[in-house]
Amino acid sequence: MAMPPTVAPERFQATQTDWDRIAETKEFRDLMATKKIFIVPAFVVFVVYYFALPFLVGYAPNLMATKVVGVVNLAYLFALSQFFVAWLIAWLYVRAADDFDALSNDIIRQAEADRKGK
Amino acid sequence: MSTPLVMFLVFIAITLGITYWASKRSAGKSAYFAASRQIKGWQNGIAVAGDYMSAASFLGIAGIIAFQGYDGFMYSVGWLVAYLTVLLVVAEPLRNAGRYTMADVLAYRLKPRPVRAMASISTLTVSTFYMIAQMVGAGALVALLLKGSGISYRAAVIGVGILMIVYVVFGGMLATTWVQIIKAILLMAGTILLSLLVLGHFHFSLSAFFNAIGNVTYHDKGQVVVKDFLQPGLRFKPPYGALDLISLGLALIFGTAGLPHILVRFYTVPDAKTARHSVVWAMALIGSFYIMTTFLGFGAATIVGRDYISTHGGTNMSAPLLAQSLAGDIFFAFISAIAFATILAVVAGLTISASTSFAHDFWTAVIHKGTERKPGEEVLVARISAFVIGAIAIFIAILLGPTANVAFLVALAFAVAASANLPVIVLSIYWRRFNTAGAVTGLAVGLLASIGLILVSPSLMAIDPPTVTGTARHLIQAKALFPLENPGILSIPLGFAGAILGTLLSHEPTSEHKYNELLVRSNTGLGAEQAGAH
Repeated sequence: MAMPPTVAPERFQATQTDWDRIAETKEFRDLMATKKIFIVPAFVVFVVYYFALPFLVGYAPNLMATKVVGVVNLAYLFALSQFFVAWLIAWLYVRAADDFDALSNDIIRQAEADRKGK
Repeated sequence: MSTPLVMFLVFIAITLGITYWASKRSAGKSAYFAASRQIKGWQNGIAVAGDYMSAASFLGIAGIIAFQGYDGFMYSVGWLVAYLTVLLVVAEPLRNAGRYTMADVLAYRLKPRPVRAMASISTLTVSTFYMIAQMVGAGALVALLLKGSGISYRAAVIGVGILMIVYVVFGGMLATTWVQIIKAILLMAGTILLSLLVLGHFHFSLSAFFNAIGNVTYHDKGQVVVKDFLQPGLRFKPPYGALDLISLGLALIFGTAGLPHILVRFYTVPDAKTARHSVVWAMALIGSFYIMTTFLGFGAATIVGRDYISTHGGTNMSAPLLAQSLAGDIFFAFISAIAFATILAVVAGLTISASTSFAHDFWTAVIHKGTERKPGEEVLVARISAFVIGAIAIFIAILLGPTANVAFLVALAFAVAASANLPVIVLSIYWRRFNTAGAVTGLAVGLLASIGLILVSPSLMAIDPPTVTGTARHLIQAKALFPLENPGILSIPLGFAGAILGTLLSHEPTSEHKYNELLVRSNTGLGAEQAGAH
């Protein structure tokens, strides 16, 4: 169960100029680019794969009724595969996100050091 | 006393004990609204699953598969896949930039009062509609499961309502979290056991099981029917079946990431990385659960049969009746108690997200311009509004009665979340030009389009035969103007269009100037709320 509540430290505060400056740094731009390279394709892939299911079942019912093993047909296997594809994408994302964390932590460390330096 | 009743009482006693324990740890905003942000990743993942999987999933999907076979299984897929949107797009930025509600993220760079007012209206709409659907279902279900113990629909609704109010008012987010965790564990345990019993019935031979699914026998209008239940088409029929499923899929994919009661769960963990891991935990549980509906639903179709289920309470009783036929009354009681726990955990989650939004967004930010007049005011207002929202839900559920057609309320909740909430969350995080007028227009258009389209859909608009009476009758007795039960396919583009047009037709330089702050905060976690009490 949860630990007895402790007092949370103060939130990081910065001026508008600081935020603008961080947003323009190479490190932050790298972070955004790294995220985009993974997240945009991953989103497109899962959306296309998911909507292929109702689309094919609805508009190509004969193809989907094809039996693969015994009574088990393509429609059932395709629906079942959705779960594993979703898990796979989630797993790949968690792996990729370790890189995002490393880049973010550098940015946070730098920002906090700059604030103390003032 | 009947066995199901005893099991219900045991569950109630345990959860009330937790509420008492949590009540001593719920002083202060961060503690009451966000469990001091000290919930662990795996715990929050289980709680998200407990918050999300409603009686509609447990009893409803098992029932749809038992009666309509494959189409029910296909229907269940979107409920898991939707979590990829939560994982990839929303959970981490929200945890990084927000504090207690979805509107926190919007209020960073937009004008807080109009944006919070609209976001609060949208949150309250989604939560209360969803809650009423759950309460009507709970009342009907408890009355059915406890048949013979003299508990009426009205008593069941009041009982469920009072419990949910007690959890939230006294135990806040911490009690709600643990009720959801216990429920999810019970639900998974019950589902695994039931699946094993179904497999055992077929001597652990998958081929025997699937062969039985290929030859399901039942009576339809006096005729014996033998059907291959793995064939699509029993539920989603032409001309609009596939389109309706695609429209529902859109509402799930975009709506789950806009459901206020799911989003607030990510504020209960220490940081964005933990939020990410909790989504993965939730996906593991939710996915395994829906895969096992294969055994629950098809098991009910092959072992119990449509004929017997129809005359013993109908589709929603498929899973409990399957339990009864495989392992007797004690197991029936156990599965019934799980169904009850399932409903309680979901309505508690809805109540706390609705009352948090009212207190934090509406009371403090809109009415009192962002300052608490005295310490503890916001939590007090949240407790009072949880009580009021609960009382209203009880009242409406009793008014509607057990036969009311409420399934559309769930479709409506997801449609509003997808068409109003999600567009403005995404655009405020990812579009520099976005502004207050866009957010207000997007929320309003998404909300009104969803409600309007549901009103003229076959769920509320149809011609009933005179034999259908009372609240079971359709609201408007005429041919439906919109052919789909799920409005997402039209209302989501309308919500986005409203948000984009509203932005382009107005000018708000401050929103663009402050975009960098939100961009850096939401993507790096710099300055995110830390764990601990305030």
